[in-house]
Amino acid sequence: MKALITSIALTLSISALAQETSIDTSTWFDDPATLTQTDGASIYAGVCAGCHMPSGQGANGAGKYPALTNNSSLMATAYPISLVIHGHKAMPPLGGLLDDEQVASVVNFIRTNFGNNYADNQASAELVKSMR
Amino acid sequence: MSFNPEGVTRRSFLGMVGAVAGAAAMYSAMSTMGFASPSNWRGRLNLQGAPDNTNILILGAGLAGMTAAFELRNAGYNVKVLEYRDKAGGRCWTLRGGDSYTELGGFTQHIDFAEGNYLNPGPWRIPSDHFAVLDYCKRFGVKLEPFIQVNYNAYLHDSEAFDGKPQRFKEVATDFRGHVAELLAKVVDQKGLDQEVTAEDAEKLLAALKRYGALNDGFEYVTGSESSAFRGWAHHEGGGVDGKPTPSQINSLSEILNSTLWRNLTAGDNLHMQSTIFQPVGGMDMIAKGFEAQVGELITYNAKVTRISHEGDQVNAAWVSTDGSGSEQIETADYCICTIPFSVLSQIDHDFSPRMSEIIDSMPYASAFKAGIEFKRRFWEEDEHIYGGISYTNLPITLISYPPYNMFSEGPAVLLAAYPWGAFAYQFNALSPEDRIAKVMEYGSQIHPQYYDEFKTGASVAWHRVPWTLGCYGLWQDREADYLDATAMDGRTLMAGEHISYLPAWMEGAVLSALDAVERLHTTITEA
Repeated sequence: MKALITSIALTLSISALAQETSIDTSTWFDDPATLTQTDGASIYAGVCAGCHMPSGQGANGAGKYPALTNNSSLMATAYPISLVIHGHKAMPPLGGLLDDEQVASVVNFIRTNFGNNYADNQASAELVKSMR
Repeated sequence: MSFNPEGVTRRSFLGMVGAVAGAAAMYSAMSTMGFASPSNWRGRLNLQGAPDNTNILILGAGLAGMTAAFELRNAGYNVKVLEYRDKAGGRCWTLRGGDSYTELGGFTQHIDFAEGNYLNPGPWRIPSDHFAVLDYCKRFGVKLEPFIQVNYNAYLHDSEAFDGKPQRFKEVATDFRGHVAELLAKVVDQKGLDQEVTAEDAEKLLAALKRYGALNDGFEYVTGSESSAFRGWAHHEGGGVDGKPTPSQINSLSEILNSTLWRNLTAGDNLHMQSTIFQPVGGMDMIAKGFEAQVGELITYNAKVTRISHEGDQVNAAWVSTDGSGSEQIETADYCICTIPFSVLSQIDHDFSPRMSEIIDSMPYASAFKAGIEFKRRFWEEDEHIYGGISYTNLPITLISYPPYNMFSEGPAVLLAAYPWGAFAYQFNALSPEDRIAKVMEYGSQIHPQYYDEFKTGASVAWHRVPWTLGCYGLWQDREADYLDATAMDGRTLMAGEHISYLPAWMEGAVLSALDAVERLHTTITEA
């Protein structure tokens, strides 16, 4: 019965069709080859949240996407920069999708959100460029 | 080219070969002459002589895994298949009304399509030269129907051109071809190609361009009966008093060049899109079901592989129930064929060689997104006379594909309402299922204004959120350097799947890689 109620609720929500999205997508979908969002939070919402999820909680299936919440791997600035640019395992390389400024912005965002407090040694476009 | 100076035409030569040497030699000769250019399918396998009590473990019950299971079981091996999901088929997958799909993050969609309607989230077309897949369909009784790739009445759309109004493919295609033909005819007429073509050929080229480009007697592409016979009329040909047609106004070359519309004129000319291509009647997973009917009894479902290890002459795979219940189980076999996508395999504990591990870890999976939207009626047919085929747009949905089945029927029907890759796909992937549909509606309604009035329900699959692939298909970072090493036996395991092919993302690639692995494995075992 619970499944049925959920089913009806979702069906209704899509049928009633809010003509606007629940989050602001006004800076999204502007280019077929690159992301056009500029601030860290918007870049995170526009690409990272797809796998690491909107609140950084990650996800588990046959494989997993690691949680970014309280993640000590983010302590060294270079590690997330390298992963974002070059990818590794299930993490696709996003160096072609994001420019140096965008990589720095989103790395700084995840290092200071989701329970992470690594405000020191911020990423910069110069550092990102040197790691490409 | 049907004539050669030796006096033997190609057809008569083939007749001679066929009469003298038989069909196999004729096929070989045809291939050499370019008539037949097959995938590297070499015909049905008929493996014989499997040693008694030889156990093969197959990881993954997608098309590669089930192909391997079918062929090895038929050869006499003891075959066991482990599958993460509760069904077989992998990416050969269809969503229908009554299905529930929970993606990573726990977002669940309850599909509400009407009976007979569906979305193929993965493969949706079968080229006519994908011989291996087509042969299995034939053997397993999977009914196929034509998939319509090119529809001259579908649209090309650029939100920045023609005031954002969609243009009919036939108009843009005819105009582009006509203008290009006229330009080339002018060059020929002004003897601008005297270095390249003889006077005799130039004359023939002019005649060809006139026909090819629908030019008038003055070799011009203009508004008139010649161009309208291809691009359509302003007032249609008819009967009775009002029967006389009036020509439609052509677009200038500049208008077309300054739009993006020319980009998709050749989409249907690509080798894998050339007519005739196919789809299974009722949904792509009819192929999966065809295989499952043959080898389903060999498959253990809901089995999440956690470790692959080699010990002496054995290979072991540890697995747990997908829902986490129960204790760890171990399967032991003499050999293994592993079809687990590298995006997932890279996260499984294994003892493959450092070289294989490096390749597994370096293969990202592509981002792709599909949405199916069900509308209350077939307005594209009823209002716009579009029957199957694909409209292309510069909007983030990239294309709209009209159902090439049940045409002219009453009631709801499902459009493939979005199929982007790259940056657009990543962003759809990051949205909730409800928000994705809202965006798809926003974009699609710019091409078909009926969208909001006729909306019934929607479903979408964003491939990076698919729990059992973590992406759409494997992207080689350095295929030249890595490919052959990935095909090598590692310990007692061979890799197979679309990623181990030069037909990435195609079912044919998955099947061919499995057939190749099976043949090599059988040779290894029987010649040992």
